[in-house]
Amino acid sequence: MADTSARPVPTAVGPTLPLIGRSDTKPTWCPGCGDFGVVAAVEMAVKRLRIPSHNVVIVSGIGCSSNLPHFLSSYGFHGIHGRAVPVAEGIRWANHDLTVIVTGGDGDGFGIGIGHLIHAMRRNVNLTYVTMDNQIYGLTTGQSSPTSMMGQRTKSTPEGVIENPIDPISLALASGATYVARGFSAEVKHLADLIADGIQHKGFSLIDTMSPCVTYNKLNTFDYFRQRVYKLEAAGHDPTSLPKAFERSIEWGDKIPIGLFYRATKPTYEDLEEVLQGGPLWTQPAGLKGHEKVLDEFI
Amino acid sequence: MGLHVFGLNAYQSVIRGGHVWFQARTSSERPYSQGDGADLLYCLNRETFDVHAPALRPGATVIYDPERLQIADSELPVGTRALPLPTMELARKYTTQPILQNAVGLGAAAFISGIPLDVLHGVLTDSFGKKAGDILQWNLRASTDGYEYAGRHASISERAVHRAGPPKLLMTGNQAIALGAAAAGCKFLAQYPMTPATSIMHWLAAHAQELGIVVKQAEDELAAIHMAIGASYGGVRAMTATSGGGFSLMVEALGMAGMTEVPLVVVESQRAGPSTGLPTKTEQGDLNLMLGAGQGDFPRAILAPSNPAEAYRATIDAFRLAEDWQIPVIVASDLHLSESIATVDREEVPTDVPIPSLLTVPSGTMEYRRYAYTASGVSPRALPGQPGLQYVTGSDEHDAQGHLISDVKSGIPVWIAERTRMMDKRMRKLAGVTAASRAPVFEGPPDAALTFVAWGSTVGAVRDALPLLAAQGHSTNLLYFPTVFPLDAVATRAAMAKTKKTLLVEGNFTGQFGRLLRAETGIHLANTLFKYDGEPFYPHELVARAREVLTDG
Repeated sequence: MADTSARPVPTAVGPTLPLIGRSDTKPTWCPGCGDFGVVAAVEMAVKRLRIPSHNVVIVSGIGCSSNLPHFLSSYGFHGIHGRAVPVAEGIRWANHDLTVIVTGGDGDGFGIGIGHLIHAMRRNVNLTYVTMDNQIYGLTTGQSSPTSMMGQRTKSTPEGVIENPIDPISLALASGATYVARGFSAEVKHLADLIADGIQHKGFSLIDTMSPCVTYNKLNTFDYFRQRVYKLEAAGHDPTSLPKAFERSIEWGDKIPIGLFYRATKPTYEDLEEVLQGGPLWTQPAGLKGHEKVLDEFI
Repeated sequence: MGLHVFGLNAYQSVIRGGHVWFQARTSSERPYSQGDGADLLYCLNRETFDVHAPALRPGATVIYDPERLQIADSELPVGTRALPLPTMELARKYTTQPILQNAVGLGAAAFISGIPLDVLHGVLTDSFGKKAGDILQWNLRASTDGYEYAGRHASISERAVHRAGPPKLLMTGNQAIALGAAAAGCKFLAQYPMTPATSIMHWLAAHAQELGIVVKQAEDELAAIHMAIGASYGGVRAMTATSGGGFSLMVEALGMAGMTEVPLVVVESQRAGPSTGLPTKTEQGDLNLMLGAGQGDFPRAILAPSNPAEAYRATIDAFRLAEDWQIPVIVASDLHLSESIATVDREEVPTDVPIPSLLTVPSGTMEYRRYAYTASGVSPRALPGQPGLQYVTGSDEHDAQGHLISDVKSGIPVWIAERTRMMDKRMRKLAGVTAASRAPVFEGPPDAALTFVAWGSTVGAVRDALPLLAAQGHSTNLLYFPTVFPLDAVATRAAMAKTKKTLLVEGNFTGQFGRLLRAETGIHLANTLFKYDGEPFYPHELVARAREVLTDG
């Protein structure tokens, strides 16, 4: 099978191929927001891989965190709520030379957009999805989210949440994602390692990033995570084992694992889509000229 | 034989059982609809006779197998005759597989219709020539048996057909749309199955590798349209197709295509609503939905072809308009157009369609602005991957560079003005789209006493009604709107000034196009014929209503 998903990683980047950096738009996030760490980690990861900024598209939906594409110097598609993933899939299939990164919040990805996420994971589309999971709806001023913990009081649940939270990690493992990790936005270097690995990984990468909302989530704060997180890499976890990954995924309490839960090598959607074996779709010939014989079946 | 054909495939929303029938009309002149009446009825069960006998015309023949059903002579409509045909008995000579009876029946039907046996054998050879074993031979012999049996027990219809010229193409509206998309350079289709749009995906999927088109069955219509938008943004011509239910789910994304100015073609093949409605029956009830889909104002176009040849052309036009004007373009079909089959001349499906490169902005252009203000409203569109042209496209309101002005800038005077400028820029495109779209067309005699006003597949039955009315001494013509939106108000007013009496014909309850025409021109079309029973218009219905209007209206 032709390896069409391999991304060109130039060894030298000249002045016409600038590395990714900050754009002239300053982030509008609240001071202290976890998302500052995520944008820094994305920038660091892409820079480290030396992927020219014009070959990167960052796709997002709607929410505080979904503003991220505006703050970097790559191409960006800031779409509508919950629909970043299918837009990103379409971009990949039009031009699989591009590095496509999806960013967005827990409401965007695990609430309104969860259907698309599950299907993208089972397709093993070569996307890197970095969620900024703050377990709250921030931009709409503090309602419960699909990852809010049981009992959490929010504006929409003044008596406390009475639903079980979604666990993105076990969901991703069950859905067929081939790179499943959790980051913490205060651990920027560690997060950048995970994102860089995820970008280099061939297949769907989910990096669920705990990115505290300093304004509306008084429960899952930076301190909350600092007291609980431990690194899977240091704990001897074997990321090639799916059962072990599931085992770690249900740990959420006094100890919260961060790092790589699972990685598997499987063909991507782009590897299996026959038409894409002819090169990036946008470079292929179009039209019926030369294919007139398709009309014969109508005679 | 080079004849024109129109075929109506009627079925119900069940996979097995129900009453299913196929109606074919053929002539050396092009039929534009299924027409009125039948000259040959082939009954596989008694229900077929009960349902369709009233449509039989004098001289018609009813074919049936007396082993399956009984029809008493007294039940036959006046002037018609029956051919009891032992299809099962004749077919059993070759196989116990009951499907071979069809070949016997086809043979008899060919004899009565005046179709030479060698023509039928040619068709059967095309269909079964590659099958293993004796299947082709069985079909050839069984059809010969049916043909000869009819020769002994029936006579050739007085409406028998004759060879008319070189072979024509025969295709459904959906196949024409799929072909048109391919001809226009479409490289990506994302779709979720929904009757009656599904067969667009079937045709493109069957030819995906040959034509180099990625066909993606999405998890839902939300994904389908967003994938198409992503692919278009990514640098290929892209399309999605659905019916009203799926289109309802696509509404928010349609607005995003308008806001981000990403070219997009959406096929909306309407079926009878509201809600699930009549999934296998036709209607033109989604025009309001197409007109109003999406919050806020943004430019769009709605093209409404009336038959497969026009569907091919309209789909190519849709891609051109979408690309030239960076807007969403809707091809409004319906079940009657999408699933009926009709003949198309080879010249009507040109394959040498110009397909310009989408790389229109030189890489490294200085001071590139994705949403630059221009006189036409169209701004140069770079593609991701082009060095030095990076931009962020957004569903939020933005400035010329694409920077959003929806948060810390909103409400500040300079940005209030920017918002107005950007809205004006986008909406300015409508004037250009109007000029670039097909204007309303008159068909039939000028100075007619009555003008039918119609759009979409309804136009077919009108075209067939015009000669019927002429034969009755009534001069009528048709004002047809291949572009439903933007409606060219100037051209429409000028056209309406040339009419005497008018009759608005639409396949919906409220006269949705009539309302649009009134909103855009101030002209109220008082005489109407609206149909919302799920069935297509029949020419005789139009004739009857036109005569009423000519007398009283």
